[in-house]
Amino acid sequence: MSVQSTARPRGGARWLLAGHAWLVYAFFYIPIIVLFVYSFSGSRLVGQWEAPTLEWYREVFENDNIQRSVWVSVRVAFFSTIISTVLGTMSALALERFRWRGRRVFDALLYMPLIIPDVTMAVMMLVFFVQAFDIIDSIFGTQFLLGFNTILLSHIAFNISFVAIVVRARLASSDPTLEEAAADLYASRWQCFRRVTLPQIMPGVLAGALLALTVSLDDVVITSFVTGPGSTTLPVYVFGLIKRGLSPAINAVSVLMLVVSMALIFGSLLLQRVISRESSLD
Amino acid sequence: MGELTETPGRADDAEVPRPVESVRLESVTKRFDTVIAVDSVGLSIGEGEFFSLLGPSGCGKTTTLRMIAGLEFPTEGSIRIHGEEMGLRPPNKRPVNTVFQNYALFPHMSVAQNVSFGLEMRKVAKAERTQRVAQAIALVQLTGMENRKPAALSGGQQQRVALARALVNRPRVLLLDEPLGALDLKLRQEMQSELKALQQQVGLTFVYVTHDQEEALTMSDRIGVMNQGHLLQVGPPEEIYEQPLTRFVADFIGRTNLLDATVESAEIVCLANGDRLPAASGLPAGAKVSVSLRPERLAVRPRDSVSPDMLALEGEVDRVTYMGNAVVYGVKVGWMTIEVRQENEPGTVRHEVGDEVSVTWVPEAMSLVVA
Repeated sequence: MSVQSTARPRGGARWLLAGHAWLVYAFFYIPIIVLFVYSFSGSRLVGQWEAPTLEWYREVFENDNIQRSVWVSVRVAFFSTIISTVLGTMSALALERFRWRGRRVFDALLYMPLIIPDVTMAVMMLVFFVQAFDIIDSIFGTQFLLGFNTILLSHIAFNISFVAIVVRARLASSDPTLEEAAADLYASRWQCFRRVTLPQIMPGVLAGALLALTVSLDDVVITSFVTGPGSTTLPVYVFGLIKRGLSPAINAVSVLMLVVSMALIFGSLLLQRVISRESSLD
Repeated sequence: MGELTETPGRADDAEVPRPVESVRLESVTKRFDTVIAVDSVGLSIGEGEFFSLLGPSGCGKTTTLRMIAGLEFPTEGSIRIHGEEMGLRPPNKRPVNTVFQNYALFPHMSVAQNVSFGLEMRKVAKAERTQRVAQAIALVQLTGMENRKPAALSGGQQQRVALARALVNRPRVLLLDEPLGALDLKLRQEMQSELKALQQQVGLTFVYVTHDQEEALTMSDRIGVMNQGHLLQVGPPEEIYEQPLTRFVADFIGRTNLLDATVESAEIVCLANGDRLPAASGLPAGAKVSVSLRPERLAVRPRDSVSPDMLALEGEVDRVTYMGNAVVYGVKVGWMTIEVRQENEPGTVRHEVGDEVSVTWVPEAMSLVVA
């Protein structure tokens, strides 16, 4: 598909637009380049250049705290993505394909995590967990603590919204008569979903899952409220490092995170291309 | 058309008399919130019959079909298929298959996968499945296209896939929702005769929804005309065309001139201009009726050539439309313009705009409908 503008900018306008574009790129990417370059600087001071070294990368890989927080991040992202993708897809189906009492209310509520500020959500989560644990502990004599599980639950809570919204958009554009045709051809509800609906909305489900994964890996505010001793995610740990004084190791960590997220994005683009090629003509 | 498929059901083998009735609707009503889509429709469709539901868009014909398929449930009334009450039975448990208006082919599956879907769902063994799929694809003349995706097919080919996908299951009743609506005229006419031939070949009950009266007339054994949720008239094509019972049916099927009239006595109706016509209505004097006159059954002739045994209205030619195989005149007869169709045969006299003429017809050409 190619979209062509009928009126191409000419003369001064053209140079102005080109200059503007380059400025935007510079604004986006110069900090990244600086970060990348200085992650190899031999100086102890952030932002000062000395003979190149891999010292900071070595430090990252030898630092137990970083290792541990990476592992927490990965696990939280992995489980919250899977669970929220399933629940989010179910919500999208319920909203898009069925009529029921309270549908509008549920619809509005679903957007809440996207609209309300992270800090508010974080405080809500924290208060909720503390209260809930108080009640549960007093009844069952257990001792629930903030930590990995509370982080996971919070991430699932806000990720459901992201997934549901992305999947819903895809569902809205897929033809519901296909599902009727499947039912007419003796498919049960589950077979109909598995064989017809899911293949139709798969790009949306994958996009939603990827978004959930990114948001989960990225989150600082909510996680830092509901985290407990011993389970910190990588972004929260890095944020803590900065408060304690800058170390060039932060540059190295950031570069590594950047590489991983770029790999994820390219991976998803590649995946989408493969899927669209498969579903196109023979 | 390809080779014959087995007739559905095995009723003959079991020495059980085949039920004559295939689909039965009893005072079926469907309400959507406050709108009544289908209003107390009763209908009986025989086994092996090609039955058409005909009406303008929004008349409730598609809703009726969807209720037979189980895609909607009646608010009131009962639907039986081969004597079995369907009730709230879901579509996947009914012995019917549907050809959808937009075909609803699964875009991510090949032609063969689409056709084999229903058999897979019913857990038909792989060997039999492969054979039946090949047979169905051959029946609709798509052999060689098995591995194409629907997007790589033309509209007509997609239509055939939809047909094969339904027929392969050997349903007892095939429901078709405007299956030819998306095709261009020439292809539609081709598919009409193919569909009809196919239906006779496999001996299935077809319930066919269309808004195209010509399609309904040429293909059906019987037609049910619907309007605003009501089933107005059911009968063979000839009967629907020749003896319409209501103004709507007369007007909707083919072209017609409807002349307002009042019943004067058992044998006479009176037109708006005071002319009396011999017509047995069986209605009480004073009842409002319409006289339906088909354009092709009227003649335009010079006033001096009208003989006394003809029924005639005097008028003036208002417009002349040349259509190749025919000429259509609009003749102004005072209070209305009457359309007359004159076949373009050698030797016919053409009239010009402004000619003083008479529109004539024989008594049998006339039918009375409820206003």
